[in-house]
Amino acid sequence: MNSAPVTTESGLSGVELGRRAFRKKQSGRSVLISLASTVMLAAIVWLTVVNTPGWALVQQAFFDPKTGANFFPSILLGLWLNVRILFFAVIGVAIFATLIAVIRTLRGPVFYPLRLIATVYTDLFRGMPLIIVLYLVGFGIPALGVTPRLPPEVWGTLALILTYSAYVSEVLRAGMEAVHPSQRLAARSLGLTHAQTLRLIVLPQGIRKVVPALMNDFVSMQKDVGLVSVLGSIDAVRAAQIAVADTYNFTPYIVAGLLFVVISLPFIRLTDWLAGRAQLREQIGGKV
Amino acid sequence: MTSAEPVLRITNLHKRFGDVHVLQGIDLEVFQHQVVVVIGASGSGKSTLLKSVNLLEQIDDGQIFLKGEDISDPRIAVDKARARIGVVFQQFNLFPHLTVLDNVALANRRVHGLSRDEAETIARHWLDRIGLGHKLRDYPDRLSGGQQQRVAIVRAIASDPELLLLDEITSSLDPLLVGEVLDLVSELKAGGSTILMTTHEMQFARNVGDHVIFLKDGFLLEQGTPQQVFDEPQHPATREYLSRVKTH
Repeated sequence: MNSAPVTTESGLSGVELGRRAFRKKQSGRSVLISLASTVMLAAIVWLTVVNTPGWALVQQAFFDPKTGANFFPSILLGLWLNVRILFFAVIGVAIFATLIAVIRTLRGPVFYPLRLIATVYTDLFRGMPLIIVLYLVGFGIPALGVTPRLPPEVWGTLALILTYSAYVSEVLRAGMEAVHPSQRLAARSLGLTHAQTLRLIVLPQGIRKVVPALMNDFVSMQKDVGLVSVLGSIDAVRAAQIAVADTYNFTPYIVAGLLFVVISLPFIRLTDWLAGRAQLREQIGGKV
Repeated sequence: MTSAEPVLRITNLHKRFGDVHVLQGIDLEVFQHQVVVVIGASGSGKSTLLKSVNLLEQIDDGQIFLKGEDISDPRIAVDKARARIGVVFQQFNLFPHLTVLDNVALANRRVHGLSRDEAETIARHWLDRIGLGHKLRDYPDRLSGGQQQRVAIVRAIASDPELLLLDEITSSLDPLLVGEVLDLVSELKAGGSTILMTTHEMQFARNVGDHVIFLKDGFLLEQGTPQQVFDEPQHPATREYLSRVKTH
């Protein structure tokens, strides 16, 4: 090639302007294609569903606006209980899971019994279905007759904490172990104790590494809060159940389900945003 | 304790990693305001020697005395001994989740019991001195390698340690950045710091070192003033090593 690049008034060469025009055209086309395909897919799904033989019945049983509107206030009131349970459960999980994670990373034979208990605990509660833990804690512990009479949602919160701490502690442990050993070395060389090193150096860095996974557990917990209804607490699910029993119409379940989605949406978006930001940071210097 | 008591005295130090005998009976002394430079090929035991002094490695035999106190005795408080010794690593090892200021202030606050203000005042003073006073609130990954290493050095000396250990602190730096880090070490020497360091920078070892030690395969083969070791090496292994590093 012997043609010198032509410089235009924008200060860019003609070659670069050509590339930019091409990229612009390409991205414009991509947007159109994705828009068209989305609309088409939605149309196909909609047409398929409304043309099924039983659609009229299903619409009446599950999507009746009048029933939905009638029971919306009581379901919303129930949701407030779910939100409160979630609030305390999250605090409980944060504390208990960190404790278990730290115990599992302790070295030395002195801590063997503690480590063993922590390991058995995480194995047991990660494997056990939440609903069984709810029954065991919610009906079993009060039956021992040593606790004062407490509302069922307290036991439900405890069961949630027990189950979710097992998952979250494993995520935290993975994060702590992903912190490079040289960081511990540097901390200890300054004279920080083992506990200070964990608290000031390893945990903060470890948690940062697993934020997306933790947020995911949080979103999952948010919807599992609905299971405390099996203990008899009038939460959103229970309120919907009562309404269904009243009307023989399933719309209240849909209302409760959508409300759970609505409260989880901000966190789901936040999780995506955090994950995206982390990816962007790690990809500085090139995106493929 | 007389003034002739060395800051660091190592006697008959042995360290094994499995079957590998990394340090085979090292004796050395570092006196107040002295810069002792350890040279030798990779794998000669230099880094292990420094890690042993800071009790980051458990030694297999021998004793390490810091100002006359046997810090290799398991009955002493390890953290207290470590707090008296500053360490700078080849890979900087700054804390990525803390700002430059917090990195430097950390030990004074958490280990030496200073208030946040006192610790930060000292940290600011040191960061100003190395020309990074405008980077206090930055995180380490925003700094160049040379800047990070200088921050790591002031992090180690901010608590005024009795002994400073520098482990190949310029080995992972761009050649252009080596100078700024070594200049800081010269400044510290002028300020009276007591330093035990390993390096591959022979010119620097000759100019700044008071005492040079040559290690090979875990043995201390030769030691003396820079003139003795660099100009009139006695041991054939020293001669061979120096001829290689000089003619590369």
